[in-house]
Amino acid sequence: MSQQPGSAYFLVDARAREIRTTLAVIVDNEPGVLARVVGLFSGRGYNIESLTVAETDHIGHTSRITIVTSGTVEIIEQIKAQIGRLIPVHRVIDLSLDKPGIEREMALVKVAGSGDKRVEALRVSEAFRARVIDTTHSSFVFEITGAPEKIDAFVDLMKPLGLVEVSRTGVVAISRGAEAM
Amino acid sequence: MTQEFTGAEIVIRALKEQGVEVIFGYPGGAVLPIYDALFQDDQIRHVLVRHEQGAVHAAEGYARSTGKPGVVLVTSGPGATNAVTGITDALMDSIPIIVLTGQVPTHLIGSDAFQECDTVGITRPCTKHNYLVKRAEDLARVMHEAFYVATTGRPGPVVIDIPKDVQFKKAAYTGKANVSHRTYRPQTKGDLKRIKEAVELMASARKPVFYTGGGVINAGPRASKLLRELVRLTGFPITSTLMGLGAYPASDRQWLGMLGMHGTYEANLAMHRCDVMINIGARFDDRVTGRLDAFSPSSKKIHVDIDPSSINKTVRADIAVIGDAAEVLADMIAVWKSGRKEAEPQALAQWWKQIDTWRARKSLSYKKSDTVIKPQFAIERLYTLTRGRKTFVSTEVGQHQMWAAQHFHFEEPNRWMTSGGLGTMGYGLPAAVGIQMAHPDALVIDIAGEASVQMTMQEMSTAVQYDLPIKIFILNNQYMGMVRQWQQLLHGGRYSHSYSEALPDFVRLAEAYGCVGLRASTPGELDAKIEEMISIKRPVLFDCVVDPNENCLPMIPSGKAHDEMILPDMVDAPTVSEEGKVLV
Ligand SMILES: Cc1ncc(C[n+]2csc(CCOP(=O)(O)OP(=O)(O)O)c2C)c(N)n1
Ligand SMILES: [Mg+2]
Repeated sequence: MSQQPGSAYFLVDARAREIRTTLAVIVDNEPGVLARVVGLFSGRGYNIESLTVAETDHIGHTSRITIVTSGTVEIIEQIKAQIGRLIPVHRVIDLSLDKPGIEREMALVKVAGSGDKRVEALRVSEAFRARVIDTTHSSFVFEITGAPEKIDAFVDLMKPLGLVEVSRTGVVAISRGAEAM
Repeated sequence: MTQEFTGAEIVIRALKEQGVEVIFGYPGGAVLPIYDALFQDDQIRHVLVRHEQGAVHAAEGYARSTGKPGVVLVTSGPGATNAVTGITDALMDSIPIIVLTGQVPTHLIGSDAFQECDTVGITRPCTKHNYLVKRAEDLARVMHEAFYVATTGRPGPVVIDIPKDVQFKKAAYTGKANVSHRTYRPQTKGDLKRIKEAVELMASARKPVFYTGGGVINAGPRASKLLRELVRLTGFPITSTLMGLGAYPASDRQWLGMLGMHGTYEANLAMHRCDVMINIGARFDDRVTGRLDAFSPSSKKIHVDIDPSSINKTVRADIAVIGDAAEVLADMIAVWKSGRKEAEPQALAQWWKQIDTWRARKSLSYKKSDTVIKPQFAIERLYTLTRGRKTFVSTEVGQHQMWAAQHFHFEEPNRWMTSGGLGTMGYGLPAAVGIQMAHPDALVIDIAGEASVQMTMQEMSTAVQYDLPIKIFILNNQYMGMVRQWQQLLHGGRYSHSYSEALPDFVRLAEAYGCVGLRASTPGELDAKIEEMISIKRPVLFDCVVDPNENCLPMIPSGKAHDEMILPDMVDAPTVSEEGKVLV
């Protein structure tokens, strides 16, 4: 039997496998709506790996929240149902179902250094198609876009080259193909 | 030019348009404009409670006994925070209430002003939805939306936080007909394909059982009628949760009694051994399922619920139908009739025979006594002597609550109000106030414990003020009995702080409040005292002195399965595993 959320009773099961899921949540852009979603996750003990939000329809005043979360299949189902229950939520779409959607994240990466390290940082950034958006004699700020793993790899490579600071947007995602979700 | 009203007037207009007749509240600085508008209105009755928690429980009692939403009006800061327990209670038990809270003026929000608190922040996780209204123009719409949200789908509490300046500002009024919610459209009609599958499965059952809950009560009297029809049509046995009592008549032969931790042997074993379970409006709560990995191991489960998040939350449903209980029951009946379905008659007869052997264990029996009043006996007498009257029962939380559920039998829905999900001591007395407001001529009894009743005792004063002849029937065992029972079972009889020390003299306390106090200490005098209580047309505090050491049985100990119940005739002290001890 799989792990059951919300039970006061022991259910030991080490086998319950966790999956990672990206959810797109369309909400009314009203005060407190983000707090409702975030509070739901903390209150019910769900994970948030990343969360992004912005108004995507300025006329209809709806926002799109992209949440990357993880849990067993049962918990993911519960998360979707619980979010769907919030009153200002229009829709909850699981972008990991069927054909997985496309995920992108942007990061701003500051690297300081001189000499060989500086040259190497620039070379690596070209290989990753990162753009230099700020330069001084002793530093760069790179802008890089890609799947989260690509950004992880880039940041790891920059560590020995004088990585100073990283700022990431978190994942945004969309489904493939012609249809709207 | 369209006519304009102050925010406070808009509140009152909207309440009236929504058909509100009674509100429960407590004034303070941040709601004075609304109280002023109330003063000038002669339609809405206001019940002044003695603590804001009481206002919410009263509104819950009102809502549950009428099917209409309950309304609460409290001030900012402490008024709002005092209401939080009641609001959480209403969320857990799906009770439609609207709580209006005052707030400091908009320009002071965030400045730690006097009696400011982040009401929408505090109540966000304990409401179905909440609003902070910053513009008077939005107020009418929000009021109507709040009633819609609170009463449709799975009902629940809605808080509207109204800053004081908004109560003064003028704006146009929007009528209910002109407001429709942007997003919220709960599904009420069940998927017919699923319903057909469910009926098919029911017809193939050899050992079926109906397991119903508060959802049937919330779906209105029609749902209870339809449930009765379907249960009789199929000939299946039926049990229900604490919250669902009364939807099916307890006097009926197909009724197995309540299930769960303190449910009957026959109900729990039928759940454990069934091959098809039909859950209508119940949520597989842990008080009901016991140990989940041993819960009804060989059954296929049909789950009908209006809340999609209830499906597969703790127990996997083989067939899930999302919809309103009444709608789905009506469709189930139609499908059953159209197929002229009949469950396996022989298998069903065999199943009933089996159930009758479980019934024969008489799991609700207890040792009678001539000298002390057994608490179960007290409830039995109370039930017998009030039978045939229009009686409403509320309870506090503890052993007395479970004994009431076991020994007071309900024939109708909306007659039984208890705090199930949150288990709030102090619920019953103010709930009785709300019930009596809605049903002035009915007999309203709060079956109480001496510890619980002291949590909201001050509402006796409310009952006296409004001539509400509520009866507070205290099973006084001088213990927080349920705590003492767990300490006996789980903690080696070390009764840490569970003795009700320094109890007031409830008879004299009653007199101090200006109502009537009665006491019964022996079985011999019980009937006469109960009769006297019923005949008194004023609020009564009844101190029923009962056996302090009685345990509430049967019981499924924590961490055990339905077939591991402790029955009253088991001599051995029940054992609880180390694992079981950490559970609640
Ligand atoms: C507000 C609140 N605090 C604590 C508890 C824990 N609790 C559950 S039952 C109980 C004892 C109730 O005692 P009493 O009202 O005398 O009822 P009895 O069990 O003796 O019938 C307590 C303390 C609770 N349910 N609610
Ligand atoms: Mg007690």
